[in-house]
Amino acid sequence: MHELSIAESIVDIVHQYVAQEQRHAVRSVRMNVGTFSGIVPDSLEFSYQAITAGTDLEHSFLTLERIPFMIRCRECGQESVSEDGIVACALCNSSNTEIISGRELQVKDIELEDMQQEQT
Amino acid sequence: MSVLTIERKVLEKNDDLARRNRELFAKHALFVINVVSSPGSGKTSVLEQSLKYFGTSLRVAIIEGDVQTDLDAQRIAKFNVPVVQIVTNGGCHLEAKLVNDALSSFDLSNIDLLVIENVGNLVCPANYDLGEAMKVVIVSTTEGDDKPLKYPGMFHHSSVLIVNKIDLVPYVNSDPEVIKKNSLQINPALKIFETSCTTNKGIPEWCEWLRSQTKKRAV
Repeated sequence: MHELSIAESIVDIVHQYVAQEQRHAVRSVRMNVGTFSGIVPDSLEFSYQAITAGTDLEHSFLTLERIPFMIRCRECGQESVSEDGIVACALCNSSNTEIISGRELQVKDIELEDMQQEQT
Repeated sequence: MSVLTIERKVLEKNDDLARRNRELFAKHALFVINVVSSPGSGKTSVLEQSLKYFGTSLRVAIIEGDVQTDLDAQRIAKFNVPVVQIVTNGGCHLEAKLVNDALSSFDLSNIDLLVIENVGNLVCPANYDLGEAMKVVIVSTTEGDDKPLKYPGMFHHSSVLIVNKIDLVPYVNSDPEVIKKNSLQINPALKIFETSCTTNKGIPEWCEWLRSQTKKRAV
């Protein structure tokens, strides 16, 4: 349970990319979150709301895209999704596989409201 | 609506510091392991038995990570090895910066092996690189044979599994073969040891393997 410090790191990244006078226009921060990133999505969203309350980012929110845990078989080349983290190939059952996704924790992009549109 | 493309890892700052730690360890030919497990699996006991086994034949230093108290550091200090206690005050894992700060207490050129004992937690420490050469995960026979399946993330990130409290198998309805089978389903590359800190079973094998890894590093 370290979602609060993760949320703080996300805010730091937003601050690096968006100048202070533009921050109130941030609508959403889109994230790639792997199934095995160790993050609880609800808890991360809650933490983000809690630490941005009363700041320029108050009206922004996190959009989390879940990235499935996937393996590639070194024997038959099959790529498959593993829900439970077991790394056996879904096609040939070989465990000679490599993990290709599912551990991401990345800020993908930031959506900003059009400033002029906001004034009208 | 406009979109700013970022594509930055959230833990980038930690990863950068871990890289710096790793460079520092390489400079001093220091072998570093990050020991992880749930609370009470016997991390500190395995370390105590290992220090007893090595005696003065290997120069070991220890970083202890705990949420509260320096009780573990006190246990380790009895072996007259350099030890630093990191108290996280509620933090559920160690981070590269905390380890970096602790390193200033050691004379790195006079150490062969640095053991970082992480906070007892099978979830959060998995995602924080400290700069170690490898993670060593400990599961004890009293915890339930299904632990590797319940906490796969930690086993994906580990290179070594120690099945501890092997002497208790007759009393706790545990089958070490099931623990091993479950672990290998999650990570087939795991190197596995079975240990008991009461009977000392498996401690020599674990320690000699550790020594061989340390020597590889020093070459």
